[in-house]
Amino acid sequence: MDRILTYAEAIREATVQEMTRDPSVIVLGLGVDDFKGLYGTTRGLQDEFGPERVFDTPLSEDGMTGVAIGAAMAGLRPIHVHIRMDFVLLAMNQIVNMAAKARYMYGGAVSVPIVVRSIIGRSWGQGPQHSQALHALFMHIPGLRVVAPSTPYDAKGCLIMSIRDDNPVMFIEHRMLHSQRGHVPSDLYTVPFGKARVLAKGSDITLVGISYMTVECLRAQRYLGEVGISAEVIDPVCLSPLDIETILTSVKKTGRLLVVDSGWTVCGASSEILAQVAEHTQGTPQIRWQRMGFAPVPCPTTKNLENLFYPNAQTVASTAFAMVHDNQRSWTPVHKEAPEIVEFKGPF
Amino acid sequence: MLDKLYRALYRIRRVEEEIARIYSTDKIKSPTHLSIGQEAVAVGVCEALRSTDVVFGTYRGHACYLAKGGDLRKMIAELYGKGTGCAKGKGGSMHLIDVRAGVMGTSAVVGTTIPHAVGYAYAMRLRRQDTVVVSFFGDGAIEEGVFHESMNFAALRRLPIIFVCENNSYAIHAHQLARQPASNIVERARTYLIPAERIEDNDVLRIYGLVKAAADEIRSKQSGPRFFECMTYRWKEHVGPGDDFDRGYRSISEAQPWFANDQLKRLESLLGPQVRERIMGEVEVEIAQAFQFAESSSFPAEEELYTDVFGEAAQWTAS
Ligand SMILES: Cc1ncc(C[n+]2csc(CCOP(=O)(O)OP(=O)(O)O)c2C)c(N)n1
Ligand SMILES: [Mg+2]
Repeated sequence: MDRILTYAEAIREATVQEMTRDPSVIVLGLGVDDFKGLYGTTRGLQDEFGPERVFDTPLSEDGMTGVAIGAAMAGLRPIHVHIRMDFVLLAMNQIVNMAAKARYMYGGAVSVPIVVRSIIGRSWGQGPQHSQALHALFMHIPGLRVVAPSTPYDAKGCLIMSIRDDNPVMFIEHRMLHSQRGHVPSDLYTVPFGKARVLAKGSDITLVGISYMTVECLRAQRYLGEVGISAEVIDPVCLSPLDIETILTSVKKTGRLLVVDSGWTVCGASSEILAQVAEHTQGTPQIRWQRMGFAPVPCPTTKNLENLFYPNAQTVASTAFAMVHDNQRSWTPVHKEAPEIVEFKGPF
Repeated sequence: MLDKLYRALYRIRRVEEEIARIYSTDKIKSPTHLSIGQEAVAVGVCEALRSTDVVFGTYRGHACYLAKGGDLRKMIAELYGKGTGCAKGKGGSMHLIDVRAGVMGTSAVVGTTIPHAVGYAYAMRLRRQDTVVVSFFGDGAIEEGVFHESMNFAALRRLPIIFVCENNSYAIHAHQLARQPASNIVERARTYLIPAERIEDNDVLRIYGLVKAAADEIRSKQSGPRFFECMTYRWKEHVGPGDDFDRGYRSISEAQPWFANDQLKRLESLLGPQVRERIMGEVEVEIAQAFQFAESSSFPAEEELYTDVFGEAAQWTAS
């Protein structure tokens, strides 16, 4: 059965269904038993599965990641949740030095099937230490899978895939996606790693949006339609492994590629995508490419600077327009602030 | 002394009440953690310090910043995201700093400033300065490895630092005993051979006296570090201006003894009405001016987005 769910509900449903199916799945993390339920994604799980399988942790990201790794080596399938990706930085040693390498450096003798769920993104002045999107750091590391679904359907299918996979998976959720609604089948299904999705068909330019930026790219695509430009929008869904074929097919058709990241550009996901496209299209000089992402500074807290820090549908549309017109013309659609950003209010 | 402590407590309480009142207008557009109920710790500690001493704090940092002499106008402007704020609006409530007053910065990531305080103390020792450094952190922070690593090094090198754990029994909505096997943070300090005391009742005079004696000893005998576990209580929700006793994770009956033991009321009763009213009057004017300053200041100019990422080209001279 197909229903409309929010992205947060889709994550919760995937977790419940997998925990019901497989008793080795456990959920841990700061606040997973909290009445706020991490934006609803873990609400009620402890009541349903008990405090042994769903538990709040001490403030010990490094140690608890190691605990999850050890439990995974013993056959459990831990989902370790972080309300902000910034806190995952405290666990880098365990993730990069151990989880990512255990199978390889022990000659295939062990697996570490952990899922590290972390939330990224802007909202209510989160500022420099509470809004970072560091997916690129993890894309750099062999042995880690990195997924960043943008629709409720993919959130559910990717999470189920991540839980069942025998490798460590970084599962990345943008806070502004949690309230997005979409069709989600009620039964269990997986979305495979390494398969991008074409979200809108077009012929003039390819827009690749990462995580929440797919939403802004789709808005930009509609703006561009109003001025006669047909944009194709692609969501890579999975950043490592990356489905470069789908992007290449589109770029070969449109001749223009704009990658828009929910992160910084330097050494980022956008760099990787452009580099792979460049490697595969050498000798095709007419292809144009560009990328957008955070301004190359820490995220400012004050709203007027924060608005300049992030790409949005208007800046994406305007950049795409200029690319299509070989920088000979410029145009910017009227600025409308994204409703999910306006609606999201603190104190949190 | 009583009037100084009273002024500091009253000022912080009233500033935060004003922040809570204004919050619903959305003029402050970022997470804000209030210290209402906990002010006695910051006040007792900071009043016992010299102006040249240095403190490092947490995102729940208004009390520490103000008690140590941080500029009130710049703090309110910072909360408003204005260019005149102590961090030019780029930090917000969780990233207060006033170097001139010895407030070296607060961080939104739990536990991260504890080792900075230790490093600062190391530099003070190296430079033969008699500065004492204070590290403020919550009962949740001691669960992070960096807390133990910092204590170990500070104890090993006998650094001029006072660790102050503001134990309000909660980390967000999780009680200390849901996170730690016992409520004995003070004992952990002792295992590092750090002289440590636990103050049970938020008593501002006692905190003041003990910290003063500790700071004097650290200065005269080079005998750091010291550790204080100060039991206290947060009256408001973890983040934001509201009350949250209806959310099910804690009860109002648990809070009642802390309300009854309000240090502001206590000192109020110890001061004559004239002194009290004079202080109240002065503080209210100062607060009104600070909010006015924030209101009338401008947001940072667009170019500010790109400033302060790096310092200016260095003058390569030894300082
Ligand atoms: C490293 C890290 N992990 C998690 C968080 C989320 N978080 C913010 S405040 C907080 C609770 C901290 O409790 P405590 O240290 O007791 O300070 P209090 O808020 O009670 O003053 C948590 C878990 C964080 N900011 N940093
Ligand atoms: Mg606490």
